[in-house]
Amino acid sequence: MSYSVKVIDHYENPRNVGSFGKEEDGVGTGMVGAPACGDVMKLQIKVNKSGVIEDAKFKTYGCGSAIASSSLVTEWVKGKTVDQALSIKNTEIAEELALPPVKIHCSILAEDAIKAAVADYKKKHGE
Amino acid sequence: MDFKADHFVLFGIKPTFRLDLSDLDSRYRDIQAQVHPDRFAHAGEAERRLSMQWATHANEAYQTLKKPLERAKYLLHLAGHDIQAESNTAMPPDFLMEQMEWREAVMEARDGGDHHELERLHNRLRNDISARYEELGQLLDDKAEFALATDRVRRLMFLEKLLHEIDDALASLEE
Repeated sequence: MSYSVKVIDHYENPRNVGSFGKEEDGVGTGMVGAPACGDVMKLQIKVNKSGVIEDAKFKTYGCGSAIASSSLVTEWVKGKTVDQALSIKNTEIAEELALPPVKIHCSILAEDAIKAAVADYKKKHGE
Repeated sequence: MDFKADHFVLFGIKPTFRLDLSDLDSRYRDIQAQVHPDRFAHAGEAERRLSMQWATHANEAYQTLKKPLERAKYLLHLAGHDIQAESNTAMPPDFLMEQMEWREAVMEARDGGDHHELERLHNRLRNDISARYEELGQLLDDKAEFALATDRVRRLMFLEKLLHEIDDALASLEE
């Protein structure tokens, strides 16, 4: 199987790798895993006072598509409100990266990671 | 032979997680001998094709029952429990955290060329995995706790993958 140019670009130059302190103000952490491939993904968002995601970080252990999917969504969520971030669909991720059918679950993982991060943020910030 | 029969029926064994692998082996060899293409060399086209289909089917069934994780998944499937391997990404956070730590340790050992550490990780994980299969045997065969078994199978899928990665790392150091 060959990776698309965009997957290779994100895989070789992943954006926003790293993490924030979990207890830092405005940080929401999402952790998800896909049993099918054993991939594990941690995605964090940093939200400012007006509810806009200022920054995002990720750490993913998995295949090129999983790394590219998480790298891509950390770029996408920046500048969005938390509720806008929730509207990101795995199909958009898969389309942007031209993922083959067997790698669709990587995009599902990334979508679920955002949802988990937003849920964690809302829980911590009493929404 | 019946294509619709489940794999356990095909081999004439009880549908349990704990099974006698050498018994399964010999039953598989029996079926293979019966459907071997050589035996159908002079048969008609339809019969030859059918024997090929049987050989393929028996091989798939054997591969599924032989490996403990695949066997467990198959038993859950027969019991009507979907493990949602691709669609459900929610796992207990402490389990995922632990998985992250394991993977970090493996990457560090691989990048540092630490053969000894990788072997230590391999052995630790091996022991952990076999204890989990013991537990799975109880859940599936003794208690019929399928929901709990589904959770254990989902965890084991991560651990088997991890073991595979450790072995790949060991192999790459040996090259």
